[in-house]
Amino acid sequence: MVSNFPLLSLIIWMPVLVGLALVFADTHLKSSTSKLIALVASLLTFALSVPLYFDFDNSTHAMQFVENIPWIEVFNINYHLGIDGIAMPLILLTTFTTVLVVLAAWDSITDRQSQYLGAFLILNGLMVAVFSAQDAMLFYVFWEAMLIPMFMIIGIWGGPNRIYATVKFFLYTFLGSVFMLVAFLYLYSKGGSFDIQTLHDMPLSMAAQKWIFVAFFLAFAVKIPMFPVHTWLPDAHVEAPTGGSVILAAIMLKMGGYGFLRFSMPITPDASQEFASIMIVLSLIAIVYIGFVALAQGDMKKLIAYSSISHMGFVTLGMFMIYKIIANTSSTDGAVMAMEGSMVQMISHGFISGGMFLCVGVLYDRMHSRQIKDYGGVVNTMPAFAAFMMLFAMANAGLPGTSGFVGEFLIILTAFKASFWIAFFAAMTLILGAAYTLWMYKRVVFGEVTNDEVAKLQDINGREKLILASLAFFVLLFGLWPAPIFEVMHPTIENLIQHITQSKLN
Amino acid sequence: MNYIIATPEIFMLSMACIVLLADVYLGQGEKVVYRKLAYWLSLATLVFTFILTWKVSPASSQNAFNGLYVSDGLSDVLKYFIYGISFTVIIYSREYLEERSLFKGEYFVLILFAVLGMMIMVSAANFLPMYLGLELLSLAMYALVAMHRESREASEAAMKYFVLGAIASGMLLYGMSMIYGATGSLNLTEISAAVASAQNDKMLLTFGLVFIVAGIAFKLGVAPFHMWAPDVYQGAPTAITMFLGTAPKLAGFALAYRLLVDGLGGLGMDWQQMLTILAVLSIAVGNVIALSQTNIKRMLAYSTIAHMGYMLLGLIAGTSSGYAASLFYTITYTIMTAGAFGIVILNSRNGHEADQLDDLKGLSQRSPWFALIMLILMFSMAGVPPFVGFWSKWFVLKEVVAVGHVWLAAVAVFFAIIGAFYYLRIIRLMYFDSVDESVTVTASADLKFTLSLNGITVLLLGIMPSALLGICFAVFT
Repeated sequence: MVSNFPLLSLIIWMPVLVGLALVFADTHLKSSTSKLIALVASLLTFALSVPLYFDFDNSTHAMQFVENIPWIEVFNINYHLGIDGIAMPLILLTTFTTVLVVLAAWDSITDRQSQYLGAFLILNGLMVAVFSAQDAMLFYVFWEAMLIPMFMIIGIWGGPNRIYATVKFFLYTFLGSVFMLVAFLYLYSKGGSFDIQTLHDMPLSMAAQKWIFVAFFLAFAVKIPMFPVHTWLPDAHVEAPTGGSVILAAIMLKMGGYGFLRFSMPITPDASQEFASIMIVLSLIAIVYIGFVALAQGDMKKLIAYSSISHMGFVTLGMFMIYKIIANTSSTDGAVMAMEGSMVQMISHGFISGGMFLCVGVLYDRMHSRQIKDYGGVVNTMPAFAAFMMLFAMANAGLPGTSGFVGEFLIILTAFKASFWIAFFAAMTLILGAAYTLWMYKRVVFGEVTNDEVAKLQDINGREKLILASLAFFVLLFGLWPAPIFEVMHPTIENLIQHITQSKLN
Repeated sequence: MNYIIATPEIFMLSMACIVLLADVYLGQGEKVVYRKLAYWLSLATLVFTFILTWKVSPASSQNAFNGLYVSDGLSDVLKYFIYGISFTVIIYSREYLEERSLFKGEYFVLILFAVLGMMIMVSAANFLPMYLGLELLSLAMYALVAMHRESREASEAAMKYFVLGAIASGMLLYGMSMIYGATGSLNLTEISAAVASAQNDKMLLTFGLVFIVAGIAFKLGVAPFHMWAPDVYQGAPTAITMFLGTAPKLAGFALAYRLLVDGLGGLGMDWQQMLTILAVLSIAVGNVIALSQTNIKRMLAYSTIAHMGYMLLGLIAGTSSGYAASLFYTITYTIMTAGAFGIVILNSRNGHEADQLDDLKGLSQRSPWFALIMLILMFSMAGVPPFVGFWSKWFVLKEVVAVGHVWLAAVAVFFAIIGAFYYLRIIRLMYFDSVDESVTVTASADLKFTLSLNGITVLLLGIMPSALLGICFAVFT
C-alpha cells in the first residue's frame, strides 16, 4: 500500500457521502435498492479498515496512517488524522458493528428505511473520524456532529417515549461537550495550538489542570457514562431502535473511555492523579450499585443498559487505579496491565453488548415487547436463538473463555496491587453480573412456554444467524486468544503510562 | 474632494428616488411588468451598488466630506453583506407580499432607503452622519412595520417600535452631546485623540458613554433594552420582520464598533464592563425566555437577543481578533436568521401566517428538503458543528478566553445548552411529531432556490470557514 494514500479519509468520507445520498434519496429508492447500497457501502468501509490492522506497525507508539493538511490556517487548525494502538481497534469495531446494524435493520425498519440506513452510514464515518482526529478542534467538530444523526435516529425511529429520551441524550452530551470546548480554548490561549500531541507536552499549573480535568470529566463521564451522570443512558437505550442501541452501547460509550485516554490523562496527568481516588470510588459505585439496579429491571433493554454502565465502571476503574498500583509496586508493569484490561474490556463490551441488544432486537421484532414478564420458555420455539443468547449472556457475566472474562480478570487481578478493598468491590461484579444476566436469561428463555405468543415464535433466520454468529465468533476468539489486541496496543499503552506518570507541573 | 468613494451612496439615493417615481407613474397600470417594476429595479439597484462599491473601494482607508465619511475594510465588508442580505430578503418576500396584497412600490422604496441609511452608518466617521444614517434606517423601518394597515398587531408593533426607537435615538443623541461637550468634536478620530489625551473631564465622558451604550443596546436589542424586539418581531408581517432582524444588525455592529472602538476606545475599560453585564443578561434572558414561546417569530426575537449577547463577547475582548469575531458572528447570524424566516415564509400560505411553532409540525413529510434546511439552520443557531453557527460561537468564546475571561465563556456555553433546547424543539416538531394535515408546501422557484442556497451556505461555511474568517480578520489588521 502506498504510504501516503489517504486511507483514513476514505474510511471516514465514503460512508458519509453514501449516507447523505441515501438520506436525500429517501422514498425515491426502492427499499431493496437502498438496503443493498447501504450493505455494500458498510462492507466496503469495513474492508477498507481491515488494512489498518494488517499494515499496522506493532513496534511503535507513534501515530500511523497520518494525514495532515491545513484546515483553518488563521487559527492553526489542521485536518490531522492518525491512529495508534488505542484508536485502531476501536475503529475496526466501529466499521464492523455498522455492517451488523445495517443487516439488523433489514426487515425490522420499514418507515423511511433509506434514511435510517443513511443515518447509520453517516454516523459510521463520523465515529471513525472521532477516533482518528489528532487535532482537538477536528475532534470536537466530529464529536458534536455525531450527535446529530443519533438524535435523529432515536427521535424518528425510537419507541413511544422517544422524544424525551433523545432530547435528554442530546442535552446531556451537549452539556458535557461545551465545557470541554472551553477547556480546549483555554489550552489554545496558553499554547497557541490545537494539536493533540502539542497539548500532551504542554506544561500546566496544578490549578489549571484541575479545572481542565473537570471540564474533560464532564464531557467523557457523561459519554461513558459514569455514576452520577448516567441517567440519560437507560432512557436512550430503551427508546432507541435496535441499531441505535447497538451503536450507542458498542461504540459511543467507548468514546468516553477513549477521551480519558487521549485527553484527560495525558493533558492533565497531575490532576488525574489528584482526582484518581474520586474516580475509583465513582467507578466502584457504578460497578456495585448499578449492578444492583440492573438486577431490579423488568425491561430487558434497560437491564442491559445498566449492565453497560456497570461494565464501563470497570473501564474507568482500570484507568484510574494505575496511580495507586504504581505507588504500591514502584513499577509500571501492573499499571500497563490494568490499562490494557480497560482497553480489552471496552472492545469486548462492544461485541457483547452489541450481541445482547441484537438478541433483544430479535425478540422485539417478533413480540413487540421488551418486558421480561412477557416471555418465558423461548428455548422451546427458538433453540438456535437461545444458544446464541446463552453465549452472550455468559460473556456478559464474565465467563472464562469469552472475551468478557479477559478484561475483568485483568482489572480485578491488578486491583489487588492497588488495594484489597478495590479488588473486593470490583470482584462483586462476578456475582452481580452473573446474577442479573443469567436471571434475566432464565426468565426469558427457560421454563415452560408461558403464553401463546411465545408458542408461535419463529426461530432466527439465516440473516439473523449470520449477525449473531459473527459477533459470537469474536467473543470467543478474543476470549480464547486475546493476543492480537494486546500486541497492537502494547507499545501505545506503555508509552501512555510513561507519559502520564511524568508531572507536567513546572 | 474625494466624492468618488461615496458614489455607492449617491447611486443608492438616486435609485431610491427613481424607484419611487417610476412606481408612482407606471406601477399603477394594468400591465404586470409595470407592477413588478419596483421589485426588479430594487434588485438591480442592489446588484449595481454592490459592483459599484467593489469598484470604487480604495486600497486603504480613505476619508471624504471633510472627515464625515470613511471608506475602509469594515465598511466594504459590511456593505457587501447588507446588499446580499437585502437582496435575499426581497426575493423571499415577493410571494408573501403578493398573497397579502402588500406588494407595493413603497415596500421596495423603503427598503432601499433603509439600505441607504445603513450604508451611511457603516461609513460614518463622525457623530453627525452616524446619527443621520441611523435615523434614516429607523424611519424607514417604522414605516415598513406599519405598512400592513389592516393588521392591528402590525400597528401596535409599529407604535411600540416608534416610541421606544425614538427614546433610544434620544439617548444616543444625549450621549453624543455629552461627549461633544467633553471633547469639543464630533469627529471620531478627534474624539479618540481627545479621550486619549486625558485633558478632559472623565466624569463627563463616562456619563456620555453610558447613554451611548444604552442607545446602542436599544438598537441591537440587547437585554435589558430588548423589550421592543419580541412584540415588533411578532406583530410585523414576516417579510418585514425578516428584514428588521437581519441587515440592520450589520449596521448595528458598525454603530457599536465605530462609536465605542474608533471613537471611545480610550474608555475601553469602562464600556467593556458595561457590555459584559449587557452580554450576560442578554444571553441569559434571550435563551431562557425563548424556551416558553409558542410563536416562532417571537421565539426568533428572543433568539436574536441571545445572539446579540454572544456577539458582544467579541467586543468585550477588546482585541482586533475579538472585533473580527464579533463581525464574523454578526455576518453569520444574519445569514442564519434570513434562512429561518425564509422557512417561516415558505411554510405560510394563502394568507395563513404559519407563525406558530405547531405550524412546523410534520414539515419533514410535507417537504423533506426544506425541513432539512431548517434542521441545518436550527443546529447552526444552537452552535452545533459542522455548521457555521458553531464557528461563530467558537470564535467569540475563543477571544474572551484569550483575554482571560474564562468564567464569561463558561456562562455563555451554559446558556447555549439551554438555548439548544428550543432549537431542538423545532427539529422535534418537524421530524418527530406526526402531521395533522397533509398540505404540501408550495412556493415559487425563486424562493425555493434562494432558500436552498441559504441553507447550503450555512453548511459550507461550517465546513470551510477559512475564507470568511480570513475576510473578517483582514478588516481589523
